[in-house]
Amino acid sequence: MDATVTNATSEGKTWGGGNKPLKASYGKLMMWFFIVSDGLSFSGFLAAYGFSRFKFIDSWPIADEVFTHFPFLHGVNAPMYYVAFMTFVLIMSSVTMVLAVDAGHHMKKNKVIVYMFLTIIGGAVFVGSQAWEWATFIKGDYGAVETKGGKILQFLDTEGNRVALSDFAIAIPDVRVEHDRNNGVWYYAEGPLPTYSIEEVKAGFAANPNLLIRTQLLTEKGEKTVLNREESLLRLNRDAVGIVEGANLRHNEYGAPLFADFFFFITGFHGFHVFSGVLINIIIFFNVVIGTYERRGHYEMVEKVGLYWHFVDLVWVFVFTFFYLV
Amino acid sequence: MAHEHKLEIFRGLLKFKSNVSKIWGVLIVLSIVTIVEVALGIIKPESLTENTFIKMKLLNWIFIILTIFKAYYITWDFMHMRDEVKALRRMVVWTGVFLILYLVFILLTEGDYIFDVYDTGFQSWDF
Repeated sequence: MDATVTNATSEGKTWGGGNKPLKASYGKLMMWFFIVSDGLSFSGFLAAYGFSRFKFIDSWPIADEVFTHFPFLHGVNAPMYYVAFMTFVLIMSSVTMVLAVDAGHHMKKNKVIVYMFLTIIGGAVFVGSQAWEWATFIKGDYGAVETKGGKILQFLDTEGNRVALSDFAIAIPDVRVEHDRNNGVWYYAEGPLPTYSIEEVKAGFAANPNLLIRTQLLTEKGEKTVLNREESLLRLNRDAVGIVEGANLRHNEYGAPLFADFFFFITGFHGFHVFSGVLINIIIFFNVVIGTYERRGHYEMVEKVGLYWHFVDLVWVFVFTFFYLV
Repeated sequence: MAHEHKLEIFRGLLKFKSNVSKIWGVLIVLSIVTIVEVALGIIKPESLTENTFIKMKLLNWIFIILTIFKAYYITWDFMHMRDEVKALRRMVVWTGVFLILYLVFILLTEGDYIFDVYDTGFQSWDF
């Protein structure tokens, strides 16, 4: 491309360094280098997710039952709609980015400014949505009980609807207060205690005959196994050791802790890419505004940051499929 | 500045007059595919979840194929891979595809093997 910055004097000599077999500038080639290697990092993560999922293929959480929330619609069961919206926002910001690149080719400064601005807005909306998605996931939904073996037991009523711990747990006065650092000799505090103790949940479960337990194990049809009342009581009283509300790196009320680990790691790594993409876009945006590229005579910098931005969109397409759909 | 764009998609089935209209056309294609994916994910037709191909549900195969379809149009039209020379296209795509397929094959085979060890062993893991 004749927009290339350097034109050495060795032009025309095949082995003198002036030959450009790929007909792309140095900067763009380096961006492609980076994209290929970064793409391999992401596929490493996604392949590791696949490994863990195949390892626990009969007990992996079902994404539709995990991501069911939509902002401002409380209590509405909306599986995946919000992620679909996020996907659309990111594709849309990819479109405005490629329109900015196209306007740059025609040296239309004002159009580049408008499209770059819209791209930044789209990226910010996406990162914000992802933060909301994380907060919802960490906060949790119904709460669950963890067994000795680290398996998750969830609660259902006889119609098959999920029941939250707060709906049936019976408060037992006393029990145990959170240990603060000012009470102990060694000035160690413990983390916040769960809202209910395991005894309160067991008592509440025994008092409500229409409650059943759902295990992590998947049936032939890919639905989670629901135990009958006797099995539920047996399982709860024999195996349950702790309460899980929400998800973190060690416990996850939706099922296997590995699911939460991969969720945080992969969407976090992707979200970090979007975040840094927004920052780079802002820098380029101001460079366009002050006319740096107008004076340089070409908008190739917009093209390079555009490549990165599309790559982030490309990765999201895969994360969306493997985390939410498959 | 010379910026020739190839303005055909679907192997020439759809031709656009300008690069800008091609971008909007690709957006429409990608949006339709995403809507189809989400609709299938919510409806989950039984004929697609009951039947499997190489140990995976047909529905999941459809999702993966549609994803690769979307990835193709993002790379080819948004990242302008369609306008690059053949050597650059192959350096990027063949390298990535080969390494990713290799990694995925190895890790999924291993994961499946470990599942079998857990599943058929004498130790119960569900306690």
